[in-house]
Amino acid sequence: MNETAIVSQSNATVHDVKKLERARVRKEKLKKVKQYRVLLLMMVPAVIYYIVFHYLPMYGVLLAFKDFKILKGIVGSPWVGVDVFQKIFHDDYFYTVLKNTIIISFYKLIFGFPVPIIFALLLSEVMNAKYKKLVQTISYLPHFISWVVLAGIFFTFFSMEGPMNTIITYFGGDPVLFLADPRYFRTILVVTGIFQGFGWGSIIYFAAISSIDPMLYEAAIIDGAGRFKRMFYISIPMLIPIIAIMLILSMSGILDAGFDQIFNLYNAQVYSVSDIIDTYVYRKGIVEMSYSYATAVGLFKSVVALILIFVVNRIVKLIGGKDHALW
Amino acid sequence: MINVKKSPADRAIDLIIYLVLGIIMVITLYPFWTQVVISLDGGGVDGAAYASGFVLFPSKITFGSYKLAFQFNELWTGYTYTLLRTGLGVTFSILFTSMTAYPLSKKDLPLNKYFTGMILFTMLFAGGTIPSYLLIKELHMMNTIWALVVPGMIGAFNVLIMRNFFRSIPEELEESARVDGAGYLRIFTQVVLPLSKPVIATVALWVGVGHWNAWFDSLMYITDPGKQVLQVVLRKIIIQNNTSDITLLIQNLGKDTEFSGRQLQATIVMFSIIPMLVVYPFIQKYFVKGVMIGAIKG
Repeated sequence: MNETAIVSQSNATVHDVKKLERARVRKEKLKKVKQYRVLLLMMVPAVIYYIVFHYLPMYGVLLAFKDFKILKGIVGSPWVGVDVFQKIFHDDYFYTVLKNTIIISFYKLIFGFPVPIIFALLLSEVMNAKYKKLVQTISYLPHFISWVVLAGIFFTFFSMEGPMNTIITYFGGDPVLFLADPRYFRTILVVTGIFQGFGWGSIIYFAAISSIDPMLYEAAIIDGAGRFKRMFYISIPMLIPIIAIMLILSMSGILDAGFDQIFNLYNAQVYSVSDIIDTYVYRKGIVEMSYSYATAVGLFKSVVALILIFVVNRIVKLIGGKDHALW
Repeated sequence: MINVKKSPADRAIDLIIYLVLGIIMVITLYPFWTQVVISLDGGGVDGAAYASGFVLFPSKITFGSYKLAFQFNELWTGYTYTLLRTGLGVTFSILFTSMTAYPLSKKDLPLNKYFTGMILFTMLFAGGTIPSYLLIKELHMMNTIWALVVPGMIGAFNVLIMRNFFRSIPEELEESARVDGAGYLRIFTQVVLPLSKPVIATVALWVGVGHWNAWFDSLMYITDPGKQVLQVVLRKIIIQNNTSDITLLIQNLGKDTEFSGRQLQATIVMFSIIPMLVVYPFIQKYFVKGVMIGAIKG
């Protein structure tokens, strides 16, 4: 027997081992499938559901690249490439809508973001358990009321004869038609947004504060630290990681300015400052039936949001919050 | 925490914090209170509530506008469809979400990674309003209750929460059941589900409130005005037609305008939030628990 034969023989053995190994893995997998067949069957409805109601609409974004004819359907309608997008990017109103979306979102972030944190810090200073519970219960309430109802309530509140104007006229001011005035509309969006969300948003911070080791506070008290010192040197630093993550997460939703809220509160007089991507998509698509146009605008938003999520996740990892990254 | 005698400065700060929180509570409740006052006000068209303003109490209590609202048929069909969708929605959601989450809680389930990835991806990207709308149309689900129940049936986030909860159930419990000869289906229904009441309650409440308050899908998918859910009926009265619709209604019912449009609007707002206000204090803690469970990374 010469050397080459030996080599080929050992090669053959390696080959056989690999083959056997693969067969063994396959057998094991089959065994698993058999073992879990009931569980796999249980998932069938979910798989069908996700394909039909989530992945089919994703396929529907092809509409953005087609000249949609209802009678021909999505498949039969002719391709037009990026024509629809070109039309959008040449449409001045699209930029108004994009600008509104970003501005409203930023205002909400700047003014709304700190409120739940401050509220949670204040609440954590309350020692009386009953009072604490009461404040919590009341502050969560607006979160559970639909924007349809909230809008109805705010119509009363900001109407010509409403409480807001009563106060203004009492101090000698002129009554303002708040909800029809472009100067005030965004402010109202921010304020009512805070009203609806501050209590609910504080839960996560409150939980974080409650989980801080009481020993830290005790040590600080013994060292003679007052309330504010304890808040500034213990509570707030301990909250920084969660604040950072919440902030970054809300950055990825910068193109979500709050459809529910705006759609129920706005009217044609304030479109110029309040029409956002989502409301525009609804009016353009469902009301005017410009399906391709509205789909393309919606796709623009989804893609930007998707990119932002990836960027944000990257940032979270970079600043060392690996455990808090989304993946 | 150790007991330290509070200094006068500390007491003063306490007082300020209590006061600030008290004011926040009043501000949060006041808008709701205005609706209560306006709906109950018996001062007639010229009464305090009609002139609105800064009202604290009704000048004279009357339930007249409630009686009037009771005769408003659209309100009742709205209630019916809302209750129907909430009931069906919660049932289907819990059934299918748990049926999805339980297999995924088994780490060595074949293709587990792919299934999970497939579900998670829907949290990142969606086809959007128009493709979803066209899909519902092509499936001939328009104007059926299924258009409101099925599309949001298995939420990715809820699957995650349930899966994590199922994973926290001790493996030994399931193993001992298996030794006794129980199959997965039996273990799921008789061991896992009974132990998962907290997470089921939480998800059921979330889904339930979502359905109770939902309006946009009904606005899009239900074109038959007689089949709209409560929130859409409210929208029509409160937001779209403002008071003219109500004035018309009052005239149709043959009443003289003892009640203003605004008063009836407030009454109808009360109709939609009273059920919520009644159950809310009892279920509130479950919601909070859900946020906590959800905040734990899976």
